[in-house]
Amino acid sequence: MTTTPTAVGTHGAPRGAAGIRPAAPTGRRRRGPSASQWAAVGFAAPLLVYLVLFYAYPLWRNVDLSLHDYTIRAFVQGNAEFVGFENYAEVFASSTFPTALTNTVLFTVGSIVFQFAIGLALAVFFRSSFRLSGALRAMFLVPWLLPLIVSASTWAWMLNSDNGIVNSVLGAFGAEQINWLTSPDTALLSVTIANIWLGIPFNLVILYSGLQNIPGDVYEAASLDGAGAWRQFWSITFPLLRPVSLITILLGLIYTLKVVDVIWIMTTGGPGDASTTFAVWSYREAFGTGQPDFSPAAAVGNVLILVALVFGFLHLQLQRRQEDS
Amino acid sequence: MHHLTRSAPRRTIALAALTTLAAAGSLAACSSSDSPGTGASGGSDDTYTWWDPYPQHDESSDWTKRVQACGEEAGVTIERTAYDTTALTNQALLSAQEGTSPDVILLDNPAVSTLADTGMLTTVDEFGLDTSAIDQNLLDAGVVDGAAYGIPIGANTLSLYYNADVLKDAGVDPASVTDWDSLTAALKKVTDAGHKGITFAGIGTEEGSFQFLPWFWGSGADLTDLDSPEAVEALELWKGWLDEGYAPNSVIQNSQNTTWEEFLTGDFGFVENGTWQVNSAAEADFETGIVQLPAKDGGVAPAPTGGEFIVAPVQQDTERYETTRQIVECMTTPEGFVETANTFAYYIPPTADGQQALLDEKPELEPWVEAVQNAKGRTSDGLGTDYPIISEALWTAVQNALSGSATPADALKAAQADAESGTN
Repeated sequence: MTTTPTAVGTHGAPRGAAGIRPAAPTGRRRRGPSASQWAAVGFAAPLLVYLVLFYAYPLWRNVDLSLHDYTIRAFVQGNAEFVGFENYAEVFASSTFPTALTNTVLFTVGSIVFQFAIGLALAVFFRSSFRLSGALRAMFLVPWLLPLIVSASTWAWMLNSDNGIVNSVLGAFGAEQINWLTSPDTALLSVTIANIWLGIPFNLVILYSGLQNIPGDVYEAASLDGAGAWRQFWSITFPLLRPVSLITILLGLIYTLKVVDVIWIMTTGGPGDASTTFAVWSYREAFGTGQPDFSPAAAVGNVLILVALVFGFLHLQLQRRQEDS
Repeated sequence: MHHLTRSAPRRTIALAALTTLAAAGSLAACSSSDSPGTGASGGSDDTYTWWDPYPQHDESSDWTKRVQACGEEAGVTIERTAYDTTALTNQALLSAQEGTSPDVILLDNPAVSTLADTGMLTTVDEFGLDTSAIDQNLLDAGVVDGAAYGIPIGANTLSLYYNADVLKDAGVDPASVTDWDSLTAALKKVTDAGHKGITFAGIGTEEGSFQFLPWFWGSGADLTDLDSPEAVEALELWKGWLDEGYAPNSVIQNSQNTTWEEFLTGDFGFVENGTWQVNSAAEADFETGIVQLPAKDGGVAPAPTGGEFIVAPVQQDTERYETTRQIVECMTTPEGFVETANTFAYYIPPTADGQQALLDEKPELEPWVEAVQNAKGRTSDGLGTDYPIISEALWTAVQNALSGSATPADALKAAQADAESGTN
């Protein structure tokens, strides 16, 4: 899994630092690091440089931006005033904050629940190979392959109040015009639906590969014992798929928290703030107006990173408890 | 078991790090824009750098040739780079931060005061450029604290296009549209005749404010007082059109391009759109025309000006200014203005001489010259860098009112409060 190189990287760092001032565990002979330790540092170095340049520095810069008052003038002249947590206080006191918080929760939870449920249902469905199942499964990957600007624009066009295909189909059944993207009541629902559609392939692929790892004889034994399909799913598939499910949901959570493009293309977070999530809010502050406000944007971004971090730890806690038991 | 207890914390750290980094990577991409500049730097002695927001004009275009000709006249080579409008402002800020500004930028007019505020632009006085011939209403968009920071190379603005076939069918004489009441009456007739009335862009971006301003100003409202009774009347006008079905509900998410495409379907009586659609209107399947955007009680409403300014960023090597001045002057002679207008097909020259020269060639642009003369810079009236903040509050109010989440009066009241807290 992708975690392995990161584990080496993050672990290499303290070891490398310890190398300069020999200390603790390996320092029995007090002759500095051995050749093999130097070699280890050498091999880890490219990765470390990469991590520092492309992850640690942007992250630090983000924190730095949020603690200073970067007006455009200060941005060019490089003399932004240090304001401590003032930007954060402003963000929390803003009238957009409660709306963005509710929207982020609804958007994320709604997206993940349905993406996961539909992805799992499809994965189980495709597990029993049938004719054309490969081709069908490939077709379900289409949302993943399309450029986001294309799929989001298509959704916006389909959901158009006056000329959209969704309303004209509903209209054929006598329903009244629904202002999907332009009413504060349905805008968030619309972007969530589009995002669910976009996220299904990801869940399908990961859960499907998880299913491949469940040995077939377990099902055989179950059916000999007289367990039906429903019982097999709840007693075998679901519990055995749990580790894969957890990582799918965790990754899905992070992917969903950071969604800007779909919402921006479909509604620009509007009407008003009706479909504004934290990520969209951050983007709008920084790039959505004629006057970039980098500092509040960075503050909102950091709040979002913290939220992701909290969920990451929560997830790991749960997983560890599971492994211990 | 031993393995488990040892590995668990390590995996905790690793996975937590992964989580953080994945989130940080994506967010930092949003909020920190200090990736290194794309190598554009102040050129060498005989190469001058030029940035403009016209990526649609490539190396072989008339526009590039025009720019090169001005360079040759000044005895230097011009290295031209094109960005799209938003990227250009960001690139300009980054280059200024790194001290590698280009010699000349063609900049969208509301961005001029923003960049001027950073101290990265020279004033036209420092350059010894003569701006006395430029129409004051156009020049004003680039004036900060009494100093002009650039020269408009041309201007465009909004007007009201109509579909002559639809109007004829509905029995509406376009000349009868002279104020808000007559326009609304015309919309009613068009809608009653089975057509759609009007479309405009109410999207939650700068375009939304740009389109709303003619009605806002035409009502007598002022950008420093967003919740005045006049402002509320303007927003109620738009809201009323939506409620009556004269305008489609989708205007809330429409960009100016979308509204134009809607108009080209031939269903709509009117569309609010800009000078840049003149050619497209001529090629439409139906006959089109324009009337001036009416003010509330008659007369022409001031529409906001669009168009680029030519600006010269501060250079460490001030010797370069002399040549830069020659390049700028080459672009801003009356002939130069007309040539720019013809190259882009939609630019009205900013001087009386230039306008006359253009009209001699193309008399049909007369209404647009009138519209530009009546237009008003968004950053004028000393608003400068306050404008983007006020504008965001304004388009949010428009969105809230049109979508029904607030009444026009409440939406504008909230907007005024936001604008006040943002500009202090």
